Amino acid sequence: MIVESLFFSALLFVVGMVGVLTRRNVLIIFMSVELMLNAVNLSLVAFSTLHGLSGQVFAILVMTVAAAEAAVGLAIVIAVFRHFQTADLMNVNLLKG
Amino acid sequence: MQLDLSVPAELMIALLPEIVLTVGILFLVLWSAWRPASAAHQRQVGILSLAVSVITLGVVIWCAVRSNSAGPGPLAVDGFRWATDVILLIGAICTIAMSLDYQEREGITAPEGHVLVLLSLVGMMLIAGARDLVVAFLGIEIMSVAVYVLTGLNRRSPRSAEGSLKYFLLGAFSTAFLLYGITLVYGATGTTEFAGIAAQTGRSAVLASPLFRLGMGLLVVGFGFKVAAVPFHMWAPDAYEGAPTPITGFMAASVKAAAFAGFLRLFIEGFPAALAEWHLALWWLAAVTMVAGNVIALAQRNMKRMLAYSSIAHAGYILIAVAIGAKTGVDVGVTGSSAFVVYLFAYTLSTMGAFAVVTVLAGPGEPYLDMRDYSGLWTVRPGITLAMSVFMFALLGFPVFGGIGFFAKWYMLQAALRGGAEPQVLLAFTLVFTSVLSAGYYLYVVTLMFVAARNEEIPVPDHPRRFTGGVIVAMAILILFFGFAPSQVLRTANRSMLYPTQVVPVAEPTVEPVAAATRQSMPRR
Repeated sequence: MIVESLFFSALLFVVGMVGVLTRRNVLIIFMSVELMLNAVNLSLVAFSTLHGLSGQVFAILVMTVAAAEAAVGLAIVIAVFRHFQTADLMNVNLLKG
Repeated sequence: MQLDLSVPAELMIALLPEIVLTVGILFLVLWSAWRPASAAHQRQVGILSLAVSVITLGVVIWCAVRSNSAGPGPLAVDGFRWATDVILLIGAICTIAMSLDYQEREGITAPEGHVLVLLSLVGMMLIAGARDLVVAFLGIEIMSVAVYVLTGLNRRSPRSAEGSLKYFLLGAFSTAFLLYGITLVYGATGTTEFAGIAAQTGRSAVLASPLFRLGMGLLVVGFGFKVAAVPFHMWAPDAYEGAPTPITGFMAASVKAAAFAGFLRLFIEGFPAALAEWHLALWWLAAVTMVAGNVIALAQRNMKRMLAYSSIAHAGYILIAVAIGAKTGVDVGVTGSSAFVVYLFAYTLSTMGAFAVVTVLAGPGEPYLDMRDYSGLWTVRPGITLAMSVFMFALLGFPVFGGIGFFAKWYMLQAALRGGAEPQVLLAFTLVFTSVLSAGYYLYVVTLMFVAARNEEIPVPDHPRRFTGGVIVAMAILILFFGFAPSQVLRTANRSMLYPTQVVPVAEPTVEPVAAATRQSMPRR
């Protein structure tokens, strides 16, 4: 089971990574980042069948941190939307150099 | 006194600075939400935040004087932690002092801003003391989430919002890499404690396993993002330009310092036996960062972007301390970690000073950020000009005028040549060569201020307000003072070096954990 779980989690991680690198909508990028974090959670739980409970405890910690990040991240998205009336990164480009 | 971290009371002593700071923060969060937000209230919260950080500084110094040590556990109690804490606290105190004036001038009413600086400081101090990947991760997240908010503190500015968004997206992206790296290292070694990881790397099966190598690689990428090393630096200039100027200083100095402290401790205490695996990757990371950071900085005309690229270049210099690896043997001389402490100290002082000057000269609403707006400043504001010259010389590492900045670069050079596992002549050469290159933009600013004619259309900048002026004067004096009397700093740095964990090679023929588990689970299917 472990090898399958690890493979699946690596696959999810790569899907998330490709999503971040290719998509331009802020919310979809954010979803892809969450996908990456959850792929890591899957690995952690899989490893904890080998190494004991600490992996599962860490997975719960990761979920908590992801929730905190989501709260801050969505607030930032709203702040950007108020200024630019868009959630598309192509149109958010005041800073250049 | 040897602290046993499994006893709650002794764990409390090991965590005392963080606990004092957290109690102060909880009080301040309530206090800042208690009253309706106003300029006077904001000032009061800011001054209380300053008081809390000064008290924490006192506690850290008390801990350093007691010089406890700790048994095995998730926290380090050593000189390196206290030295890094002091550097981080200096950064935070300067930031809060600058923000006090900045928020008043820009009409930003956000008393929470000062508290958020302290909150990210807790995360940074946790990173500096982390001897466990979970604690390090928690510290990095506490720090980062608070700084995302600080970047977007100026809610009326679209630039601030954009910088904050870019910082957040790439920060979260890099967190995922860091986390996957931690997970794979945990999977390969079965532990997240640095000492445990180091012990496991004594087994050649673990050292050679793809899980462990991939995990280390992902950790390098994750930390590379956090310290803004090339090619993981693309978020930095945008985030630095968008953020309120005092916060930019905080990001350039303290956030980078804390991430580097975690980076260094992990690779010296956790992966000393795997030096051969990671040395080359970090070597290239340092070399590319030094060259690219300096070359791109040469092309910048906006002061904030120039300082952003200069901070990327400095990340390259500091990476040398990580890349050279730990010195083995008993003779104590310059090591990567002692050079690291001196460098961070000098870098924090000069960066904070430079950003304080940029804040003052940018004027209300920050229209004057171009280098050419500094032309002929000597004729109207000689005091600020002299201070800015000291900061530029210190960032450059110029002898005498650059004060402690010179000794920082000199020490880093010594570390590259004699402090690591083997001498790194090429890295040392790159350090010297790119430093000469950096004169092209540091000295350009100085020349403009002294030689060029003043553009009469630009109004004479206001005198610095009380706190910002204090930061400028204090940083300039400290840089020059330690430049003439560096022995105390150097001695403290030598006392606060990191020691690599002793790894005993295990000869037993072992099977990789994953392979073993698969074998067990085979019949069940």
